Amino acid sequence: MLSRVAESIFWLNRYVERAENIARFIDVNLNLSLDSPLGVDQQWSPLVNTSGDQSFFKEHYGEANVETVIQFLTFDTRYRNSILSCLKLARENARSVREIISSEMWEQVNDFYMMVKDASVTSISEYSPFFNEVKMASHLFAGVMNATMSHNEGWHFGEMGRMIERADKTARILDVKYYILLPSPRDVGTPLDDLQWIALLKSVSGYEMYRKRQHRISPQEVASFLILEREFPRSIQFCLLQTERSLHCITGGSQGVWQNPVERELGKLRSELDYLTIEEITKIGLHEFLDQTEISLNSVGERIFETFFTLEPVHV
Amino acid sequence: MQIDTYDPGDFYDELFEGVGTPRSQAAPLINRIKSLSIDELQQRQAAAQSALFKLGATFNVYSDNQGTERILPFDIIPRVVSAPDWEWLERGLKQRIRALNLFLDDIYNDQNILKDGVIPAEIIQSSKGFLEPCKGFSPPHGIWCHITGTDLVRDRDGQWYVLEDNLRCPSGVSYVLENRRVMKTTFPLVFNQLPIMPVDDYPSQLLETLLNLAPSGLPDPTVVVMTPGTYNSAYFEHSFLAQQMGIELVEGRDLVVADGYLQMRTTKGLQRVDVVYRRIDDDFLDPQAFRSDSMLGVPGLMEVYRQGRVALANAPGTGVADDKVIYAYVPKMVEYYLNEEQIIPNVPTYLCWEPADQAYVLDHLDELVVKAANESGGYGMLIGPHATEEERAAFAEKISAQPRNYIAQPTLTLSRVPTLVGDRFEGCHVDLRPYILYGKEIYVSPGGFTRVALRKGSLVVNSSQGGGGKDTWVIANPSQSPSQQQSQS
Repeated sequence: MLSRVAESIFWLNRYVERAENIARFIDVNLNLSLDSPLGVDQQWSPLVNTSGDQSFFKEHYGEANVETVIQFLTFDTRYRNSILSCLKLARENARSVREIISSEMWEQVNDFYMMVKDASVTSISEYSPFFNEVKMASHLFAGVMNATMSHNEGWHFGEMGRMIERADKTARILDVKYYILLPSPRDVGTPLDDLQWIALLKSVSGYEMYRKRQHRISPQEVASFLILEREFPRSIQFCLLQTERSLHCITGGSQGVWQNPVERELGKLRSELDYLTIEEITKIGLHEFLDQTEISLNSVGERIFETFFTLEPVHV
Repeated sequence: MQIDTYDPGDFYDELFEGVGTPRSQAAPLINRIKSLSIDELQQRQAAAQSALFKLGATFNVYSDNQGTERILPFDIIPRVVSAPDWEWLERGLKQRIRALNLFLDDIYNDQNILKDGVIPAEIIQSSKGFLEPCKGFSPPHGIWCHITGTDLVRDRDGQWYVLEDNLRCPSGVSYVLENRRVMKTTFPLVFNQLPIMPVDDYPSQLLETLLNLAPSGLPDPTVVVMTPGTYNSAYFEHSFLAQQMGIELVEGRDLVVADGYLQMRTTKGLQRVDVVYRRIDDDFLDPQAFRSDSMLGVPGLMEVYRQGRVALANAPGTGVADDKVIYAYVPKMVEYYLNEEQIIPNVPTYLCWEPADQAYVLDHLDELVVKAANESGGYGMLIGPHATEEERAAFAEKISAQPRNYIAQPTLTLSRVPTLVGDRFEGCHVDLRPYILYGKEIYVSPGGFTRVALRKGSLVVNSSQGGGGKDTWVIANPSQSPSQQQSQS
């Protein structure tokens, strides 16, 4: 398969997943603010902090509140990682590989982009179903791809893109909670704290699945569920296992043995999580651990780029 | 206005001989149209347009960075070509392609036609499309123009003419295939009543043509379509053809010359490419050989090509025969190389570099169409009868300054086809672009792309100038084997 084509399918999926997760970020915060005691304003600056581009935000928006942050993360086309920008890029990637993907995939990503583009000229109230629609449109895309495209090399590149992006964003969503907790450590273990952890689980669609496993809400167990759980499809470890599976389908190598830098880097990260406990993670510090995980995921992405998408320049 | 009161007027109409009298090959179609109300026809028109949009048969709008795509306006009333007309056209097109190909092979090698004084040497030397780096080269099987889209027109008296040859990268064939697909659902009953020749095997024929060029001895040669990229206005067609043939669609940045071969960058390393159906212009193919600022091409490609290690379709250099001055010499080429008389005539052409012709042209600007020798797409053109005094004066200056770059032709009154405009039928002018493939044999896809000028009274059919498209139905000759006729669907 052409490197450019593989890369486009990889990024097509990453961008769709990224758009979905930004909607989830915003959704969790909206939910939290509804549950906050009166007079306590929900914080919006942590969303800007974890999304990355604080100086851009400061320059163009100033204060972080519900309106400015939603506008910035959803519709700002000057910001590369807004939902609208992500979908524009997803669509451009899809367009360049239309003869490879199924026509249903193209139609879905095109409709998805149009939906968000149309929404961008209306004003989104914080209670609108818009963010849920973004989530569902992303699921529809993944489902359409799963059901209409051959599970060939290109499909596995797409799957890797989606899973790496999801692992990274689950880490960041957990991190947001960490930021929010910081100013008032005395709230830990109170009913308010419980509500916040429930909202967090809901934002990754994990509340029911968590309850079946753990019953009681505890910060440690929620973190453990979102990091180490092998069966929940949005946990970091689940995403790593899926990425590794697709990677080995592409290379034909067996798991547990590495032949190239991607297999080594990814295998190292995944096997570390196989044997870590949440107590050890807490000892490292949740924020420090998540930070390190995000760095490792970045590095896996770079190795994928070097191994599959670029070739050493050839001199003639 | 119903179809039975449609007035063909003082024009050659492709479907009607006179008011209420359809041509015999179009009768079943007209009967069907009569049985439908205007409302129903409009609904079918809308359904056809939306089907085309869904199929993605779109072109990009250059000036719009919102990623807007439009479909070419499509009209559901087809053009019908009778069996005897088509049989004659097919012979004529094959003859013309054979002659043009022999001409290309000759001028890049022995140049006998120049030595024998049939064409003045300075005309070739001064042609923009003549590529010095191609001299002395002989492409596989001696074929230069593998894919051609010849533009044909019909004058008021019904006489066919060749208007342009388009030997470089003619586009539009995807519309032929997609329009047909849509028309089968628009008029399924008529397809049952008329033996309409199928067009669906074009991708298979194209693939065979390309495989025929692969260096011999390769068990499974790699054939690719090369596109300038997603921003090209014909990108949909490039992607469509690659998909229909089941081959890779590559851009210049996917390709590299390594170890003396053209190779593409894949996830498993470099892989050799044997045949390239390139949809980028000669100038951009190889920055080392041609335009050094080209970001679309592959450095070193021409060297690999010259060594016969990769085949290009069409061969670089074919553009010289698209020069409208050289077009005027095609009748002589047919005589010189084939010792035959030209079957489909050229439009009579005045060459402004010949003093007598130039004087005539300058005297008769209000009657003639003047064209720049090396422009296409309806650009660089003056339609004398429709132009203002100032426009004509401006062109007269250009002609006197650069006579080599201009030709003139009488203004033809292109034939018309009834077209659904709002809630009525109007006669709109059309041309026809059949697609010709030169592989082991010459194959002419039955029919081709009928372009229609949708602006009232307009003679310009180019999509960049408000043109649209129609399906083209070629009626099969009763003597042809049933397998060549339309599969009933």
